[in-house]
Amino acid sequence: MIGSPDGRPRTRQTIARDVPEFDVHDLDQPTRAALAELLVTIADDEFVLGFWDSEWTGIAPMLEEDVAFSSLAQDEIGHARVLYEMIARLTGGDADDIAFGRPAEAYRHCRLVDHPRTDWAFSVCRRWLYDLADSIRLGALARSSFRPLADVVAKIRREETYHLMHMDAWMRRLASSGLDSRVRAKEALDTLWVDASTPFARLPDEALLIAAGILEGPLDGLADRHRDMATGFLRELDLQPLGAPSGHGGRQRPPVSTGFAWLWNEFTMVRRQDETATW
Amino acid sequence: MVSAAISAIPLEQAIWAALDEVHDPEIPTISIVDLGVVGTVEVAPGRIRVAILPTFVGCPAVDLMCAAVEDQLRGFAPQVQARVSFAETWTSDRITPRGRRHLRESGFAPPTPLGEPDGRSDLMSPLLPVAQCPYCGSADTTLANAFGPTLCRAIYHCAECQQPFEQFKTI
Repeated sequence: MIGSPDGRPRTRQTIARDVPEFDVHDLDQPTRAALAELLVTIADDEFVLGFWDSEWTGIAPMLEEDVAFSSLAQDEIGHARVLYEMIARLTGGDADDIAFGRPAEAYRHCRLVDHPRTDWAFSVCRRWLYDLADSIRLGALARSSFRPLADVVAKIRREETYHLMHMDAWMRRLASSGLDSRVRAKEALDTLWVDASTPFARLPDEALLIAAGILEGPLDGLADRHRDMATGFLRELDLQPLGAPSGHGGRQRPPVSTGFAWLWNEFTMVRRQDETATW
Repeated sequence: MVSAAISAIPLEQAIWAALDEVHDPEIPTISIVDLGVVGTVEVAPGRIRVAILPTFVGCPAVDLMCAAVEDQLRGFAPQVQARVSFAETWTSDRITPRGRRHLRESGFAPPTPLGEPDGRSDLMSPLLPVAQCPYCGSADTTLANAFGPTLCRAIYHCAECQQPFEQFKTI
């Protein structure tokens, strides 16, 4: 992996590539910073969940799910990639530095995706809750006045259709496959439910984004719909979770959880060993 | 690389013809023009810019496609740039009839046309998980896995001829 044994020039390990061009000066500096903050939260959600779910590659309960979860993970990391590129353009940074070069405590992912992959039922329930939240969030962003974002979101939403279809089917399967899978699903939902609304956690400078039409309203205004849709579906499956979603905790803040510390160590390992490593 | 000496035909037409010789690295049976991933071709003096519309945002083949396009067009202008663009959304409806035929001929079911929005239309795109068997033509098929060997491929099973087959996803 490191070096170039045949002597040919190779490219650095990278997720960076070109994104749609836009003029960063169309936005004033504070709005640009607020937009970068919004994008980093979404990108980190996708990136972190993508890495958790890629952990199933090779060990999922069945071959089809090895393939499916690997594809889902690849989709999410692809979404993160294009968003990190957009942030790099807004802030004058480098997408690889943003993706792999931050200390663990600087990632801004929501609590819902901070949990380790745990068992299969847990990963399915978490991904279903997240995909539903993500679809609702993308629906709002599709109407963003920031055209490069609205354009990418239009594309991402089509992919999310497959995610939701797949996860809806898996939730039905867990609910109808005997006591063990029902118990595990219920336990997972009881743990996750409190964090279900965290993808919609309010951002400090949201008002600037709303004023610029980048967001049409407060993010946490989307949480009710998510809760209602999730509750309706889970009632149908007779898997109503305990408690209630709470925005409390929202996005990651220090101290870093043991789970995420482990994941961060994994996905930054190559870069930390050799910043110029090549494939 | 293609020679620019074919000056009898207009430049843009020659560029599109050259692009039609670039194939999808993951499904080499189809050209990138038939796949509909070539968005716009801008020709200016000394410069060509091609917008490539990815089939999937995370498609790892898109970088190879951009490099192949730049290589292929190098004879046409000193400056050739192929860039990823999302300004137009690639959908499976962009695959040409010829592209669909080429897919079928090599054992891939082409995507079905996008349908009408359903109940969750603001969350999900209007697509039906259906495919016609590329081997026997039967519509009596079931989706075995919406996720196949690449992001853009799904796996089906045909009840008529008992064959598994892949579909280029409707998206």
